[in-house]
Amino acid sequence: MTKKQKKMLTRIILATVLMVLLHFVPAEGLIRFGLYMIPYLIIGHDILRKAFKGIRNGQVFDENFLMASATVGALTIGLTQSGDYVEAVAVMLFYQIGELFQAIAVGKSRKNITALMDIRPDYANVEIDGCLEQVDPEEVEIGTIIVVQPGEKVPIDGVVVEGRSSLNTSALTGESLPRDVETGDDIISGCVNMTGLLKIRTTREFGESTVSKILDLVENASSRKSRSEDFIAKFAKIYTPAVCYSALALALIPPVASMLMGIAPEWSQWLYRALSFLVASCPCALVISIPLSFFAGIGGASHEGVLVKGSNFLEVLSQVDTVVFDKTGTLTHGNFQVSTVYPEGMDEKALLEYAALAESASSHPISRSLREACGQILDRSRVSDIQELGGKGVIALVDGKQVAAGNDRLMNHLGVTFRNREDVGTIVHVAVEGAYAGSILIADQMKPTAKDAIRGLKKAGVKECVMLTGDRKAVADRVAKDLGIDRVYAELLPGDKVDRVEELLEGRTGRKKLAFVGDGINDAPVLSRADIGIAMGAMGSDAAIEAADVVLMDDDPMKIVKAIRISRKTLSIVYQNIVFAIAIKILALVLVAVGMANMWIAIFADVGVMVLAVLNAIRALFVKKL
Amino acid sequence: MKKTYKIEVDCANCAAKMEDVTKKTPGVKAAVVNFMTQKLIVEFEDGADVAAVMANVVKGCKKVEDDCVIYL
Repeated sequence: MTKKQKKMLTRIILATVLMVLLHFVPAEGLIRFGLYMIPYLIIGHDILRKAFKGIRNGQVFDENFLMASATVGALTIGLTQSGDYVEAVAVMLFYQIGELFQAIAVGKSRKNITALMDIRPDYANVEIDGCLEQVDPEEVEIGTIIVVQPGEKVPIDGVVVEGRSSLNTSALTGESLPRDVETGDDIISGCVNMTGLLKIRTTREFGESTVSKILDLVENASSRKSRSEDFIAKFAKIYTPAVCYSALALALIPPVASMLMGIAPEWSQWLYRALSFLVASCPCALVISIPLSFFAGIGGASHEGVLVKGSNFLEVLSQVDTVVFDKTGTLTHGNFQVSTVYPEGMDEKALLEYAALAESASSHPISRSLREACGQILDRSRVSDIQELGGKGVIALVDGKQVAAGNDRLMNHLGVTFRNREDVGTIVHVAVEGAYAGSILIADQMKPTAKDAIRGLKKAGVKECVMLTGDRKAVADRVAKDLGIDRVYAELLPGDKVDRVEELLEGRTGRKKLAFVGDGINDAPVLSRADIGIAMGAMGSDAAIEAADVVLMDDDPMKIVKAIRISRKTLSIVYQNIVFAIAIKILALVLVAVGMANMWIAIFADVGVMVLAVLNAIRALFVKKL
Repeated sequence: MKKTYKIEVDCANCAAKMEDVTKKTPGVKAAVVNFMTQKLIVEFEDGADVAAVMANVVKGCKKVEDDCVIYL
């Protein structure tokens, strides 16, 4: 509790105790009024002052004004007729209790959410004259060697120059599997070093490091307001004056009408109803719970490695019914690997070794993946006379034998009969001494969770999944069928992707939205063109963080499903709160207007709805199991 | 130019009012009050005198919500 809140608590306790004591004091008339004024002023002096100031500043209709006029009115009725002052003081008391609760609850959840997002490192260890000193990360210059001990956060992006360790990236990605790093690897800030001592040469300033960028993004996220928030702001603007005029009408019209009809006007009864009406009308519950829900949703999501750049994007994400994937890097890993080896007349290992050796001089991704698949360091001295035949492959002498590795055109060129296989990916045929030795299939690997992710999206209410790819049609169709994708656009050039997405956007009607998922590399235009752009595997990629609206910190496609579920949950909480709060308000207002509820019920309706709405809003924080 | 100020404000409704007032202050191009992170983000018009504009913003905010604090 802050100082202010403690002071308020003291006032509440003091006023409550006085009220209980006054109950046993048999004072009458003006003395009784004077005695009850003591707790009233203790608990309500600031409200009265604020209401007065508001009127002076031309800000008439706020909740201070509502409470002040309601209680002053009730006191007047008490003074002139009933002699009952308890109600006025109690209303003020409950109002203040409600406000205090709200301030504590909101403050607390704000702290919880900020703590969830707290990946900010407090210091960096720099070696100065042989001993370690803790310095402010902001003061560390690029190229400084920093030391990260086990258990510490990596404060600044850099390259490991010494040591090896496992990193816990869960604060950034929500992923619990540790990531191993060793000398020469890039390392990003925000990870926690778990096992070994690491020396890191920084490659960025703190302000440019991943951790700062993420913090900046998340902290500013709730500054971009959603349509629901705008709606509530507008609603509150017309609502408060509207209830004030209604209350005035309630106080004047029925008694005047009664008088005209020759019935007793009962001024005090109608005034009392009008005042209760004011008490019940306070719009706090709505105004507080909507931004709180969004904030909690964004906070919970960021803890799961899903960064949403604004409440508005969370709202749009919940309305997505079409998801367009750029295949490479989202559904597949985007790196090429040997997936199958089909040897003929020799074993798999020998075939791979021949192919890798023949291609050993090339830097083409295909030869790199061949080398990787071989799994050992190649002895280049075994290779000689390498000829590269552009667009076909290579021919080289390996251990004195002629080895040819390349596509079918190379085989035709050499007059070797080969066997073709209808597979997804690139085929490398190998011929040794003019005889066919088999083929090696190199393909972009499907992510293991890709299929589950598509299924998950369908289950989460996404109607159509579309895949964009540069692959051949036959291949793309097979992948799509395998994954359960509804529509495929194949053989696209990079520039075609924007056109396809625009085409899809044009053909749409209604309020549902289209999301584009890319790996953040070269797809910035498409990310910004779609209703909502989702970038995957963004750890350390600035371009993606800039261009996308939602950033997934790791490259697991299941996170897309999670992001959509989080957004749906948050928005359903928002709608629950809007409907619930408005419905209860209207019900209470009607009951009060017809005289079926008194001021006590009115204040409970106000405070109670607020408490429930705040508690409901906090539910948006719990997204782990979604 | 864009600047971020730390603020203290208790109720979301008051935060919305502060945002309105700040937006209407001469020299301010755009403004957002973030109640959750307790921040006021002001985008100034080109060539505006930041100190003078902010003095007006504080005055205006005090008018709509007496309890608010803006840390300049």
